[in-house]
Amino acid sequence: MSNALSLKNISYSYHTVQGETCALKDISLDIPKGSFVSIVGPSGCGKSTLLSIIAGIIRPDSGRIMINGRDISPGNDSIGYMLQHDHLFEWRSIYGNVMLGLEIKRKKKSADTCYVDELLERYGLGEFKASRPSELSGGMRQRAALIRTLALEPEILLLDEPFSALDYQTRLTVCDDIYSIIKNEHKTAVLVTHDLSEAISVGDTIYVLSRRPGQIARSVSVDFPADMTPLMRRNTPEFKDYFNILWKELNENG
Amino acid sequence: MDRLISQSQLRYLKDRKKSRICIIIMRILILVLIIGGWELCADTGILNSFVFSSPSRIVRCFIGMARTGVIWKHLWITVYETLICFSIVIAAGMICAMLMWRFRMIFRVAEPYIVLLNSLPKSALAPVLIVWLGNNIKTIIVAAVSVAIFGAILSIYTAFIETDPEKIKLIRTLGGKRRHVLVKLVIPSSVPTIINTMKVNLGLSLVGVIIGEFLAADSGLGYLIIYGSQVFKMDWVLMSIVILCILSGVLYKLINILEKKAGHSK
Repeated sequence: MSNALSLKNISYSYHTVQGETCALKDISLDIPKGSFVSIVGPSGCGKSTLLSIIAGIIRPDSGRIMINGRDISPGNDSIGYMLQHDHLFEWRSIYGNVMLGLEIKRKKKSADTCYVDELLERYGLGEFKASRPSELSGGMRQRAALIRTLALEPEILLLDEPFSALDYQTRLTVCDDIYSIIKNEHKTAVLVTHDLSEAISVGDTIYVLSRRPGQIARSVSVDFPADMTPLMRRNTPEFKDYFNILWKELNENG
Repeated sequence: MDRLISQSQLRYLKDRKKSRICIIIMRILILVLIIGGWELCADTGILNSFVFSSPSRIVRCFIGMARTGVIWKHLWITVYETLICFSIVIAAGMICAMLMWRFRMIFRVAEPYIVLLNSLPKSALAPVLIVWLGNNIKTIIVAAVSVAIFGAILSIYTAFIETDPEKIKLIRTLGGKRRHVLVKLVIPSSVPTIINTMKVNLGLSLVGVIIGEFLAADSGLGYLIIYGSQVFKMDWVLMSIVILCILSGVLYKLINILEKKAGHSK
């Protein structure tokens, strides 16, 4: 299988008046097309920084990032990014919010807007187009945020703890929800989280990032039937085994 | 709302309505007491109506001046100057804030000067402006703008830089450049602050215009006040003050309507 995304020897440090901090050191990853990768690590290990680097928002000090075997160019559309909070703009309707990316890219052609309409219909937001974000539940808001990202038709989705702002019960259902949408749309996904269970419940491969400077301490491949939802995974006996392996790893290296 | 409303809910709504009506009645009562008391005191000679005027004298004076059209001229001049000053303050405030947001260096260099100028009592500038610009409307506008502009720049700029950095990141993840961040995020998210700044600055513009008219004018309500006090026509002075009260109320209401239109008021 070809790699949708490859990182080669990525390093990054940031500067403050107090000094220089090495945030990421020599990170190399290969992410196959259509796979779902989780990256877990303790708070402040540079997980979000890594996603920002992949998205091209931050330039790494060294290393290469390749999409489909080619170096990334600035302003490419093949990467979509989902943040911790939905950040839906209250002064826009839901439709206005999901159109934001197309507006910025000046791609409001009928084919593109058709796709957005289709996504909204398919994922149950069709009748909420004119609603304000505050009228939607947390789960629906997160879905709208995902559609805003999908509107630009990225191949790869970066998820930066997208469920952490939700309460526990909502988190489980929204996780199922988002997972099925991503699988449905055949996207490659990279999820960053500090929640081990969440990482195991969605990932095909889980990378453990060590404490600063962030390095890949270990990767664990998990094996669940393809049609299992994250919630179903949580109820299998293997789930606990994976959890224990990663737990041990995080405590030793994390 | 065709749902059944319970007795306790009905009682609650009724109580709310009652207290609202009560507040309105008390407000009107205060106004009636002030006007009535003033008139009574003037009629019975407790207050010297030559010095303190009286509501009936004010009304008579107003009717007289409205017939000849003089009062409309003065009122229009003040409104005109205030609106020009207000427009300049808001436009210049927005432009300066945008420039400083885009080129952070400008703000870092200019900050102490803006803060200094903002705290300087602007009425001290007025005599200087008369010498420089002459005894005319230019002086009034510049004086009034100087009262409001620095505070406007600071508050709009502060709103701009307080934009949630995560939301800026969102625009960047959608491929947005700095101008997209400004147009799609920074300005719309600052609308409530901009409207609040407008409310404050409409008042300040009026203050500035009146100060300007005190010193360099031959018409306008500020002129009428200062001239009236000099020739001991207290009816003119107090009538102008009453008109100013009404005027600032009307202007404030206009901004409220704008706020509702902007859909941000909640």
